[in-house]
This record gives sequence, structure tokens and C-alpha cells, in this order.
Amino acid sequence: MIEVNAKLKRQDFELDVSLALDQHVTAIFGPSGSGKSTLLNVIAGISKPDRGRVVVNGETVFDHEKRINKPIHQRRIGLVFQDARLFPHLNVEHNLRYPLKFIPAHEQQFHLRDIVNLLEIEPLLKRTTHQLSGGEKQRVALGRTLLSSPRLLMLDEPLASLDESLKSQILPFLKKVADEINIPMIYISHSKDEIMQITNNVVYINAGKIVD
Amino acid sequence: MLEFFSFTPAEITILLLSLKVAVCCVILIISPAIAVAWLLARKSFLGKSLLDSLIHLPLVLPPVVPGYLLLLLFGNSGLIGKFLNEHFGFSIAFTWMGAVVASAVMAFPLMVRSIRLAISHVDRRLELAAQSLGARPISVFFTVTLPLSMPGIITGLILAFSRSMGEFGATITFVGNIESETRTLPLAIYSLTQTPDGDLAALRLVIISMTLALGALMISDRLERKASQQIGHGHD
Repeated sequence: MIEVNAKLKRQDFELDVSLALDQHVTAIFGPSGSGKSTLLNVIAGISKPDRGRVVVNGETVFDHEKRINKPIHQRRIGLVFQDARLFPHLNVEHNLRYPLKFIPAHEQQFHLRDIVNLLEIEPLLKRTTHQLSGGEKQRVALGRTLLSSPRLLMLDEPLASLDESLKSQILPFLKKVADEINIPMIYISHSKDEIMQITNNVVYINAGKIVD
Repeated sequence: MLEFFSFTPAEITILLLSLKVAVCCVILIISPAIAVAWLLARKSFLGKSLLDSLIHLPLVLPPVVPGYLLLLLFGNSGLIGKFLNEHFGFSIAFTWMGAVVASAVMAFPLMVRSIRLAISHVDRRLELAAQSLGARPISVFFTVTLPLSMPGIITGLILAFSRSMGEFGATITFVGNIESETRTLPLAIYSLTQTPDGDLAALRLVIISMTLALGALMISDRLERKASQQIGHGHD
């Protein structure tokens, strides 16, 4: 489903990976600074590799030789960040609705209602984003990303900024999304415990390279 | 005694003209100011520091200089003025529209400065999130960058408006001091101070001018606070 061949050199870091992901859920695991987020940026179109190719669901989104480099907004790759990145000028409901205006109606995979129920965020809808706890923010951010009808969902350390009790509150929702929603998912984390609860399919990355 | 508190017809003319010039000035420069502010805040390109300096020039020059340059350009024998006159039978020198242009040149840097600052404070990670949700760059600008810059845009509007209401040097040089056409508040005050027995009338205009300036500052403060609250920064 996802093929990544990428070389990317920065001053003090080099990413050199080649991997094919064909499972529904894949975890990418590695210490901080290992290149996990760089890999995610390459797939999402945030960072441009010096060389290589990225194919998502059969569509080439990046090919150095063929000079293909689809911009972020055309890749339809859903991102959930460590810091939820909700829009502070919009309330929760408008944050959730934000992606809907960019996706043609017939391509929308979810109704707002379904996502609100799935993530149990009904009581939050009218709140402003600074009235939310860290865990609530992450749930809203996850919902917003799902409503963009992505072809691939990438979560970059979605629990890293939450304390233990909040983590255990969010994990069931992540599992629910992984199990019930038919979108391939890449889960990035430096925590083995967290990953074990999501999937057994783990890719280990260290110093910019995939380790077998 | 009551008479002191009501405007004379001459004062109303002066006041309406000043407001017309200031409002038109703000309308004229708001879009270009946002565009230039965005360019300066977010892009690097050849000649950026030159553009930056050119825009800021009116802030550091004696206002009579931009006024004189405008006269050279837009005067009836000037480069642009001649063209406008010959092809469209149209002239802005010595008209209220010229006063708008003169104050626009003087107010533009103030507006660009505050909007640029606001845009450079918008979290780019939010813009990235918007892109990943399917928004094209232009949509990101209108749905994320611009609303989050609103407090700075409001400040810029008020600064430009006030600058235009107070503009003197460039205006008098470019469009003169013509009653009911280009004689705005500061020019009227100046004229009265040059007139024997004009002191009381000048003082009245000074009071009006100060009241307007104070009002603008208070409204700006209120609007800014409201806008800040709307974008989630208003905890104080």
C-alpha cells in the first residue's frame, strides 16, 4: 500500500530508508532523533527527499527522477500531531468541519455525526479550543483529521504530551479508530508500551535507517 | 454658551472632508498592505530589503519630500499625471483624491508594519495542519493566516486612519490647501493660526482633532482586545 524509498541529507542527519508497508496498521518505533518524524514528513510532503520515490495506494506522490512532487494538500494524508494544532479562532465544531469544505461531497467517507459519536466529543462541540484538556484536544484533532477523508492516517507521537492517566483514556479511541475505520494507519512513537497496545506490526528505525 | 458646543457649517465641511479622505485612504491601501506584509513576513526574494526600505521611506523622510515627488509624478505635467490627463481627462493633483493618495503613501508603512508583525506571529504549524486537511495555500491564507492576524490588521487600520487624519506635509505640498477640496483638519488648523483672530476657531479644531484621535485609540484598543479573544489569546 505504501512504498517509500528516500534519501535525505541534512547537516547532521541522514535519512536513508526503503520500506513497503502493506499492513492495515504499522507502528514506526525508534528513539528520538532517529528519523521517525522525518520519514513522516517525507510521506506527507512536508520534507522533500533528495532522491527516491513515495507511492501511496498506487499513486506516486513523489518521484525524484520523474520530477513528481505533489503538494501536501493534494496528497490526502491525514496527520495527527503531538500538539493537536487545533485552530484557536474556531470552536470545536468548526475545527471538525474545517476539512469538509475542501473535500467533494461524494469523496467524504464520514459524517460529522459518526465521528462525533465514535470519539464521544458531542459535549465539546460548542467549546472553544482553549476550554479543552490535552486529551480532549487530541480526540478533536483525530476527528478533524478523519473528516478530511484521508487515504492514509499518520499519527506522530499523538500521546507524547499527555500524562499517564490521560494516555490510558485516549488509547481506547486510537484502538477503535485502528480497528473500526478502514484507513491504513501509521503510528509513530518512541514508547514500546504504547505501540504494543495498537499493533504487532512494528518497523524499527534508528539513525535514519530501518533496522531489521 | 451652547453655541460653543455645536459645529459651524465650516467645521462640518472640514470634518467630513477629513473623514472622507481618511476612509478612502484606508480602503485604498488595505489590500496592498496585506499582500506586501505577507510577502515580507513569509517570503524571501531578491530585492526584499530594498522593497522593505522603500516602503518605510515615508516614515523617515520629511513629509514634504514624498509630497513633492507625488507632485512631480501626478502633477499635470508629471509622468503619470500627464498620461491620465491626456487619455482620461482626469487629474488628482489639487483634488481631494490627491489628498487620499498623499496620505496613503504616508500611512502605508504603518499599516504594513503592524500587519507584517501579526502575520509573522501566526504559528506556521497551524498553516501546515490546514494544508494537510486539504486546504490549498490560498485557502490557508484566508481561513487561517488572515483571521489569526486580525488584531494586527485592526491596529494597522486605526494607525493608517489616524495618520491620514493628521497628514499635513505631503498633502499641502501635493494638493495645496483648497477650501472644501483639500483643506483637511490639520490644514484648516494651520490656516486659522495664520489668520488674525483665528485663535478661537483654531482651538476648537484642535479640540475636535484631539477628541477624534483619542476616540480612535480607544476604539482600536477595544477592537483589538475583542479580536484577540476571538483567536484564543484573550485571557487577560
